[in-house]
Amino acid sequence: MDDRAKYRRELRGYAIGFASALALTCAAFATVHFDLAPAGTTIGIVFALGLIQLNVHFRFFLHIDLKKSARDDLQLILFSTLITLLMVGGTLIILFNLYHRMM
Amino acid sequence: MTVQSAWFWAIGRIDLHSFAFVRAWEDPSLDKMIAAGAASLVVLGAIAVFAIITKLRKWRYLWQDWFTSVDHKKIGIMYVILSGIMLTRAVIEAVLMRMQQAVAVNQPGIVAPEHFGELFSTHGSIMIFFMAMPFLTGIINYVMPLQIVARDVAFPTLNSISLGLTVSGAVLLMISLVVGKFSTGGWSGYPPYTEMAFNSGVGPDYWIWAVTLSSIGSTMTGLNFAVTIYKSRAPGMHLFRMPLFCWTALCTSILMIFAMPPLTVATLMLALDRYLDFHLFTTDLGGNMMNYANLFWLFGHPEVYILILPAFGVYSEVISTFSAKRLYAYRTLVYATMVIAVLSFTVWLHHFFTMGQNANINGFFGIATMCVGIPTGVKVYDWILTMYRGRVRFTVPMLYAIAFLVTFVIGGMTGIILATPPLDYVVHNTLFLVAHFHNMLIPGLLYGMLAGYQFWFPKAFGFRLDETWGRISFACWVVGFYLAFMPLYVLGAMGMPRRMAGVFQGEYLPWLIIACIGAFILLAALGALFVQLVISIRRREKTRVPAGDPWDGRSLEWAISSPPPEYNFAVIPCVEDRDPFALRKEQGRAYQPPHAYEDIEMPKNSVLGPVLCIVGAAAGFALVWHIWWLAILSFLGILAAVIVSSFSRDTHRVIPASEVARTHEHWLRTVAEARAIPRELETRSANEGLAESAV
Repeated sequence: MDDRAKYRRELRGYAIGFASALALTCAAFATVHFDLAPAGTTIGIVFALGLIQLNVHFRFFLHIDLKKSARDDLQLILFSTLITLLMVGGTLIILFNLYHRMM
Repeated sequence: MTVQSAWFWAIGRIDLHSFAFVRAWEDPSLDKMIAAGAASLVVLGAIAVFAIITKLRKWRYLWQDWFTSVDHKKIGIMYVILSGIMLTRAVIEAVLMRMQQAVAVNQPGIVAPEHFGELFSTHGSIMIFFMAMPFLTGIINYVMPLQIVARDVAFPTLNSISLGLTVSGAVLLMISLVVGKFSTGGWSGYPPYTEMAFNSGVGPDYWIWAVTLSSIGSTMTGLNFAVTIYKSRAPGMHLFRMPLFCWTALCTSILMIFAMPPLTVATLMLALDRYLDFHLFTTDLGGNMMNYANLFWLFGHPEVYILILPAFGVYSEVISTFSAKRLYAYRTLVYATMVIAVLSFTVWLHHFFTMGQNANINGFFGIATMCVGIPTGVKVYDWILTMYRGRVRFTVPMLYAIAFLVTFVIGGMTGIILATPPLDYVVHNTLFLVAHFHNMLIPGLLYGMLAGYQFWFPKAFGFRLDETWGRISFACWVVGFYLAFMPLYVLGAMGMPRRMAGVFQGEYLPWLIIACIGAFILLAALGALFVQLVISIRRREKTRVPAGDPWDGRSLEWAISSPPPEYNFAVIPCVEDRDPFALRKEQGRAYQPPHAYEDIEMPKNSVLGPVLCIVGAAAGFALVWHIWWLAILSFLGILAAVIVSSFSRDTHRVIPASEVARTHEHWLRTVAEARAIPRELETRSANEGLAESAV
């Protein structure tokens, strides 16, 4: 009985994840398809929806949450994000600065 | 097909003049003779090694027990041996360079400028990629799984492959002495100088493929170590109970995972430029060479901390053990390590302050660089406070630790000078910079690794290293360092540029001569290290420590026999403290027999590592010389080897509980028969590896 309850809870988790991922993807496509906003805003909206979906995947499919058992993984993901932002962001700032000063 | 094209098809760009011997035959100048001498050393050395192994009929033993072994301990030892060989070559090159500069004031030196360029390029590349990286990887490989009480690393075969790729890179560097010439573009290989337009020879290609192979190996090592530390710790050993060395190993591995890929990408992009005319880093046709500097130092700066953090770990273990005290402020040391690891990704621009970005960006990176001094300062104080009121024993590893504390702080001060952009504009590209980074890396890496080598040698081989020769070597490393590099600060401040094959300022001469003497003392230090090893092997019967705890250690690698059995621990203990072995000795339960033994599953040998080593070196060599058939064949070989080996399901073997019990009980009897000694006698032959505190 306990196993079945656990199984159902897990299944519900995956279902919620799948539904929200689907909804977010559709929302993103819809924004583009129906021209709901000016181009700049659309890009922002799609980007934001993408970020939310990323978190949905982490939460429901990879089981990364704030519980203690997943904390190592969460820390690694946050650390990777930080380092990637530093590396990519830093590179862009430096190279664009050099580019402007050479113009 | 003409004869010429058939020839090219078969052996690519190789011709008679590719060989150092032929060049020396045609033009027997001192410069060419030195090159030929080095080449013959490589050839004769290789022949001698082959002959000796064949004569002793040791090929089968080497293949079965070492080359195909996936035991983390043996892989670690092989890494350190590789590092020792490469260290020898790079130190000799350093002495040659110092001699050249001391001689070539207002006159030609002993080597031609082109050859001098090769010397500083190989010296740098070897010291970073083939001395420092293998040394620290080897020591982490040996010690970390023992400290966290694992049976092996998480991916043993991958570990052997990483070693294979590193060795193949080193082999390419050795081959470059005999066939062809190495790059003259420095260890950082900046384009456009290393592009086809300026450097159409094979030199930069040797550099590219040697570095690419080793950087792929290091990335995989980083993944392997990080997973091992996250997943294979003993029960009870949560992260904050790990010895500090494991913390530094973890941070170093994470740095490797993020920092090595930019290097692989940069060298491969340079290869695309050279082989397929891509113009990624050229001065025209849309290329941007500044992105190379950016990518290279995106790797290069974290690399500095990859090199230094494991040494910090070694010092933490050494200082706490030889002060017979718990490490002071463990948590701040851990947090300082983490902060250094993160900050290392925010400072890479200080390697190219003068490239032309605006003052704000330079200012930001300058301040970030200075911030690194804060956590490092915290660590220095923690180590000093660990010694404070401890009963410090001045053994060889401890001497290295103390020399490090003083020397490293001096280097840190000059680092603060270089971190100030306006000052950096004045002294960049001078010997001041050369003095600074040697001042960081010799105490911050070499002393640390040597301390670790002396400290854990008895664990690995079951006997101690000779104390007297250890001290002689230590004294030479320290005196030699100060004599060789302090004059470079002065020369740099006087304006002498780095990488000069000759100068015309007589006032540099006295300083260059002092530095040259220093270099010879460093060579003597290396010699003393080898003498120490030979003497220690000869006298091993008097220095055996079978009980396994020669230094009254605090962490669990000392709780097993020396050398440890293949499976490390007969029974995995539960860890209840940060200094678990010290606690057990205090409570008098250090050598209790376990209640029951179980079968132990260990990974089987794998030929994948040595196969990829040979095929990887062949691929690199073929690409350097444009031998396309061999290159294609090698790539297919790599693919085939990986795919075929993935079909082998039978990768583990079981060591029966009875055998484990027999070995373990035999060792427990040895411990019971051993005489416990107080710490003061640890360097005498009375030391059988049983500390008085355990009885």
